[in-house]
Amino acid sequence: MSVLIYTEVSKGKVKKSSLEAVNYGSRIAAQLNTTATAVIVGDVDLSDLGKAGAKKVLKLKNDKLARLDSQYLSSAIEQAANAEGATVIIFAHDFTGKEVAPRLATKLKAGIVAGAVDNPVISGDSFTVKKNVFSGKAVATYSLHSAKKIISLLPNSFPVELKDGSAEAVDFAVNLDGINSPLKVKEVKKDTSELNLTDAELVVSAGRGMKGPENWGMIEDLAKSLGAATACSRPVADMDWRPHHEHVGQTGIAIRPDLYIAIGISGAIQHLAGVNGSKTIVVINSDKEAPFFKSADYGIIGDAFEIVPKLTEAVKKFKANQ
Amino acid sequence: MKILVCISNVPDTTTKISFTNNNTAFNGAGVQFVINPFDEWYALVRALELKEAQGGSVTIIHVGAADSEPTIRKGLAIGADDAVRIDAEPNDAFAVAEQIAAYAKDKGFDLILAGKETISYNGSMVGAMLAELMNLPFVSMATKLDVANNVATIEHDIDGGTEVAECALPLVIAANKGMAEARIPNMRGIMAARTKPLLQVPAISTDKLTSISLFELSKGRTDCKFIDASTPEKLIELLHTEAKAI
Repeated sequence: MSVLIYTEVSKGKVKKSSLEAVNYGSRIAAQLNTTATAVIVGDVDLSDLGKAGAKKVLKLKNDKLARLDSQYLSSAIEQAANAEGATVIIFAHDFTGKEVAPRLATKLKAGIVAGAVDNPVISGDSFTVKKNVFSGKAVATYSLHSAKKIISLLPNSFPVELKDGSAEAVDFAVNLDGINSPLKVKEVKKDTSELNLTDAELVVSAGRGMKGPENWGMIEDLAKSLGAATACSRPVADMDWRPHHEHVGQTGIAIRPDLYIAIGISGAIQHLAGVNGSKTIVVINSDKEAPFFKSADYGIIGDAFEIVPKLTEAVKKFKANQ
Repeated sequence: MKILVCISNVPDTTTKISFTNNNTAFNGAGVQFVINPFDEWYALVRALELKEAQGGSVTIIHVGAADSEPTIRKGLAIGADDAVRIDAEPNDAFAVAEQIAAYAKDKGFDLILAGKETISYNGSMVGAMLAELMNLPFVSMATKLDVANNVATIEHDIDGGTEVAECALPLVIAANKGMAEARIPNMRGIMAARTKPLLQVPAISTDKLTSISLFELSKGRTDCKFIDASTPEKLIELLHTEAKAI
């Protein structure tokens, strides 16, 4: 028996959401009196996996894994899970997790909770996990009835904890001879922003209240001073003021940073659905009736064009005194 | 081209939700149900556009009880040719995928589309499970889809960017925003929908691997603390000392 965690490389290192998943999996392993094993595709410095709690790392080896195709990857993880006798398998609920975890659950006839937000509660045969439902309006407790269980953890649900520890890394040859996926990559367009929005702890977001794309300089300045990623509301992305990948909300991406600063965004329910998991929400809006203030921790009523540059100055002063 | 579009019946986005049976079941009383927006606006409408340009048929499939038929009729009003309702409660993603796979496996669909997730249970699982049960390739978070000479070209969101992939049909695709623009059914469509075929299929016996034992409403935020616009630096101080966010 063991707990297996799928981890992934991004920009030359193990992803933050993967380290969160290893922390999570090693806590479950401790509860089940077993150990956590990470699996990974790619050759990078793996020491953080040990510091996050993995005792062992299986480096999945097969040329077909050059693209993380769900048909290949789900089979590869299944082979690793069988070799390790894994009963609980953890993913981060990210792009790969969404494609691969349900496929693996189907192979293993494993109950799956996609987008868990808390540690599972394990007691005898009962195994329950909480996840957000109705776009964050409610939390549901799921019971898993199967022998094998899969959880994909919503990114930013827990802070990463790295302690002393090391993991033994071994190559794990995967047999994918029977599978031939017809999916071929034609082109990959990388977004050039330094900070990945779903991983970001601080996010500065702006909406139609900014009046036009030419006014985003002050938003970027504030984000830069904080070390935050930038995001935007749907109308702003639809009008091409900002790139599509910055759109947060129900139809964009859902984020849950430590701090979300919304500037000139009224706070429609569809926008809230993508950001209401943020730990602290600040709303800056000239309309005191903006519905977003009802979902905010801190609010400033006033002209963003005056307030935002002053905030940037205040952040710089604060950072200088740290 | 034969296209199958999976649709879910979900409470409208603006619904104030509540629960019954000691908070173990969603309270659907008085709730306006709609086609899951990702299934409708993106998957179904793109399927219709492809059919209109290249010929073929669009079938919608739904797993649910008879009371979801108004939602299915709306899909027909938007332009689907026919519909299938599998008579089972959709309360576990794997069970739903098994129901759809059992129906679809020998029907020769070239393309199976679903939304990237429902706005009710936010699972994002049925598409991938269906692909696995039918041994098909799967692409999630698709923002563009074209088909030519039996090959689909799909643009989709990946970690830190977008990927353009090509895949010979058949395959399963989960649609994200961008694939098409929403359509409003016109009167002719609504009239035609009344007589379009809606096939009822009995449920097969499936595995139920998960269940929901409790619902809780998310805790709302307590009162918003307002900071005077003339002293925005006060916000930075509070974010540091009180919220400990910076």
